[in-house]
Amino acid sequence: MANGFFTDTSLCIGCKACEVACKQWNQLPDDGYHFTGMSYDNTLHLGASTWRHVSFIERPVALNGQDAGAFSWLMSSDVCKHCARAGCLENCPTGAIIRTEFGSVYVQPDICNGCGYCVAGCPFGVIDRSPDDGRAWKCTLCYDRQKDGMHPACAKACPTESIKFGEVEELKRVAKDRVEKLHQQGVTEAYLYGEDARSQPGTAGLNAFFLLLDRPEVYNLPPDPEVPTLKGSKSWISAGLAAIGVTALAFVSVVLGNRSEKESS
Amino acid sequence: MAECHPVGFRWVMAAKERGATIIHVDPRFTRTSAVASMHVPIRAGTDIVFLGALISHVIKTESYFKEYVLAYTNASTLVTEEYKDTEDLDGLFSGWQEGKGQYETNSWSYEGSGTSGMHESHRVPESHAGRAADLEAEKVKAHAKDATLQHPRCVFQVLKRHFQRYTPEMVEECCGISREQFDKVTDALCRNSGRERTTTFCYAVGWTQHSAGVQFIRACSILQLLLGNVGRPGSGILALRGHATIQGSTDIPTLFNLLPGYIPMPAARTDTSLEKYVDNYTARSGWWTETPKYIVSLLKAWYGDAATADNGFCFAHLPRLTGDHSHMTTVVNMADGEVKGYFVMGENAVVGSPHTGLQRKGLRNLEWLVVRDFPMVETAEFWKDSPEHERGEVRAEDIATEVFFFPAATHTEKDGSFTQTQRIVQWHHSAIEPRGDCRSELHFTYHLGKRLKELYAGSADPKDRPIQDLVWDYPVHGEIEEPRAEAVLAEINGYTVADRKPVSSFTELQKDGSTVCGCWIYSGIYAGGINRAANRAPATDPNDPYHYGHNWGFAWPANRRILYNRASADPEGRPWSERKRLVWWDEAKQQWTGYDEPDFIKSRPPGYRAADDAQGLATISGDDPFLLQPDGKGWLFAPTGLQEGPLPTHYEPLESIVQNPLYGQQCNPVRFEYDRSDNQLARPFADPRFPYILTTYRLTEQHTSGAMSRWLSWLAELQPAMFCEISPELAEERGLQNGDWATISTARAEIEARVLVTERVRPIKLGRRWAHQIGLPYHWGNRGLVVGDSANELIAFSADPNVTIQESKAMTGDIRPGRRERRKVVAKQRVNNPDEALRDLPVAQKRPVGKHHVYGPLSRQGDQT
Repeated sequence: MANGFFTDTSLCIGCKACEVACKQWNQLPDDGYHFTGMSYDNTLHLGASTWRHVSFIERPVALNGQDAGAFSWLMSSDVCKHCARAGCLENCPTGAIIRTEFGSVYVQPDICNGCGYCVAGCPFGVIDRSPDDGRAWKCTLCYDRQKDGMHPACAKACPTESIKFGEVEELKRVAKDRVEKLHQQGVTEAYLYGEDARSQPGTAGLNAFFLLLDRPEVYNLPPDPEVPTLKGSKSWISAGLAAIGVTALAFVSVVLGNRSEKESS
Repeated sequence: MAECHPVGFRWVMAAKERGATIIHVDPRFTRTSAVASMHVPIRAGTDIVFLGALISHVIKTESYFKEYVLAYTNASTLVTEEYKDTEDLDGLFSGWQEGKGQYETNSWSYEGSGTSGMHESHRVPESHAGRAADLEAEKVKAHAKDATLQHPRCVFQVLKRHFQRYTPEMVEECCGISREQFDKVTDALCRNSGRERTTTFCYAVGWTQHSAGVQFIRACSILQLLLGNVGRPGSGILALRGHATIQGSTDIPTLFNLLPGYIPMPAARTDTSLEKYVDNYTARSGWWTETPKYIVSLLKAWYGDAATADNGFCFAHLPRLTGDHSHMTTVVNMADGEVKGYFVMGENAVVGSPHTGLQRKGLRNLEWLVVRDFPMVETAEFWKDSPEHERGEVRAEDIATEVFFFPAATHTEKDGSFTQTQRIVQWHHSAIEPRGDCRSELHFTYHLGKRLKELYAGSADPKDRPIQDLVWDYPVHGEIEEPRAEAVLAEINGYTVADRKPVSSFTELQKDGSTVCGCWIYSGIYAGGINRAANRAPATDPNDPYHYGHNWGFAWPANRRILYNRASADPEGRPWSERKRLVWWDEAKQQWTGYDEPDFIKSRPPGYRAADDAQGLATISGDDPFLLQPDGKGWLFAPTGLQEGPLPTHYEPLESIVQNPLYGQQCNPVRFEYDRSDNQLARPFADPRFPYILTTYRLTEQHTSGAMSRWLSWLAELQPAMFCEISPELAEERGLQNGDWATISTARAEIEARVLVTERVRPIKLGRRWAHQIGLPYHWGNRGLVVGDSANELIAFSADPNVTIQESKAMTGDIRPGRRERRKVVAKQRVNNPDEALRDLPVAQKRPVGKHHVYGPLSRQGDQT
């Protein structure tokens, strides 16, 4: 059994309650007070101190089922995807990153040594090292709250149920119904992102998946994410073969070189 | 709504998921527009044109709910022969008094009745009691009617004629809404109204903060009455209140001219005794015939055993109104040195109130100031640092105001209640003790009262009797001696004097002094000694058979969830439709019953008709769903209660970019202007110095003046700077770059803001010209984690004459690249504006100007949220 999030961006009103609830529960610092001039987004991306982040996308395209001219404003609350196959976890050399009993991917701060391998391992750019202590931080899927039978803070705070928390298999059913309903209502662009291994083999599916209304890139999500370790064995074999080849070549060249030296002498 | 009421908006999203059409009318494309089915951009301040055209459309196409309109509104009532409409007088109604700048309202009456006219004590528009009493209601029942709705003087025909020039073409020219979009709105609205379906309207300060704001809402109520969208499930007009308990602060008011429960504050000249007061504010018919019970029970709550029938229940102890003591008038009096002391509790006036420069001028002229808030807000430190300090106009050492700062407890640190938008009172329990010197308002007020009583205990001066007689004995608990909030709630609920048993409803209150009640409309909230506001069974609870949430909190009055719900049944008492069934007459049981608490006299049969000589509640007929009105009907035409006329009329904002396209009358003729050199206005229209429309608003991330959000890193980082929102077209026109600085100016002041260029703000097309609107959130000041200029620096003191609210949603201004001047500006001389005449027709120009409380009628301070 795994728990996760279904973030339905068609219900998001961009209130950022998830961002605030997350920071309050986890007592995270601010990211600095910077006016970005990028719509209503002043925290820009997920990072060591922002574990939920709401993006605002102003696009000169009408949304199906909406009468507002050639314009729409998409909002989406991004979060760690808790990938079924997590790049950060597989890259972690110290064993600090583990898969919990709730199916989530969790960084144990007392074990993390701040090597940063996980940062390179995440295809979504979610996990980040804190500038003060260098350790890696990201969403814990509110491990501590789940331990006490509570829902994660962001899902609890979401006023429109754009963020749904629950058992991943159940969420998938809800999500598929929702897409179907939206299609019936004329919002034909709605689709699920990362709901299973079939649609996203590079991560083997996401425990925190999304309903989107435009291409993933528009939401700053990779269209075809792949955890680097996925091709690890292939890479090791290739590297091995290459090493053998180079060794062989060196050996041959040395042997041949010796021989030609003898011949010339 | 998604921006400022995200939690309430969950129900809108739930409705949308079930297939509801959401239409969002707003100058800007906001978070609400983002999820709405339709966004209708409108020129700020022209909503009456839009709503008027909807009314006109509904009448012309006969899309109104005929049986409902005929039975439950005053459509068939005839108006006096003397009544003249704005159609006849180019934007004025009959009764305009040149010398006074007000209307004489007799001609607005029903034929055969008459209002008591300019009787000052009645002119408290938001007081239902005052308004109801204003109709000479002995004659109300007998007034002439025409059930065919054909008589040229019947309300329906008057209405039709009044709105005939509010056409889709006018909407296009005046509001900038295309014909195509208008048609889509009318189509959606009419399709979704009638027997089987209902439509609801939500509004907030986008409608109220205008020089004719009350009439915006009046226009909506006319439309909703025509469509049968009042008193039925999924119908109505929802006023979205701006803070957790702003509704509560009007019910048990912080307003200068109301007592708890919408009973008027007595006026000095007319309400000299309890008898006179009761006579002035007791209606001859309808529910306000009960006024004496409510005022006497209130006096008993305040003065206890000292209040006896012989001394008029200490009525003489109540303060009296001698004029307008609304917020803005008090502040100008302060600026003129006429006010010594000021309590500012939970408000950050120099950021959140209009014309912050004038607010600070007022504060500088006080002897003392008390500020209660969480952090040291700008209002507490106005003496130290302000734009005037920055410009070198004032120095801290020259300001003599003594400031007392009291740190406040938060809602998690105190017991109490919040009354929300739907009138539901919800209790909150203290989770922890307040830290340090932080205390609740209840604590502060109670202990201040205790000390005052001690101070005056030995006085023999009769003027000190009100303090001596005041009952002030709430039990306290804990180390800090916090008063028990539930004891206050019990008093609000009311009880019988003899045995202190809580009353179960306001129907048990008496006028002989045998009952006590702190606020009659809340009566029942503590019935049986149980705090009903603390009930927490949601609407989904299996024990809630109808799922109206009756066991969640307490909705005043009488835990009724939908007001005027008698109107959900037809005149015979049968539901208008099965789908919209709510309350009906049970013939077998001979009483009203249904899914909600019936808003009617429970045993009154639908067929009951009041006799001509009926008294008290017997005057309410079985088909009078609007039982607070003296005639029991919904008012399409308001014969009394409003200052600018019985029907909503479009007037341009005091500062506009265009001339009023409908009438020669440019602005609301009975508006209040504070005509002072420190409160200048631009030309009424087409001022070349101020070519753009400015409008102010709030963002989700910050809360009002920022006292609760700018000091909190998690919120401050989300909107860290004052900014203005402009269209790409305006950015190009003025050379403004996204992210750079801009300076925005009005006739009052200039501020600087970062520029956010966005397609969410669109130029609007008015006839053959394009107009630009500039959006300004107003959350910043010079204290806290994130700082910036306040948009309220730009706003004028001016007031809607009914509720004295400022016009902050539409004004004119200019924008230029770069930051504002920080040098001292030469004191502005009052510029006599040669174009002032353009503001009005010749007849209305002669209205007196000056300190408006000298001439203005009594009015209520509008709550600013």
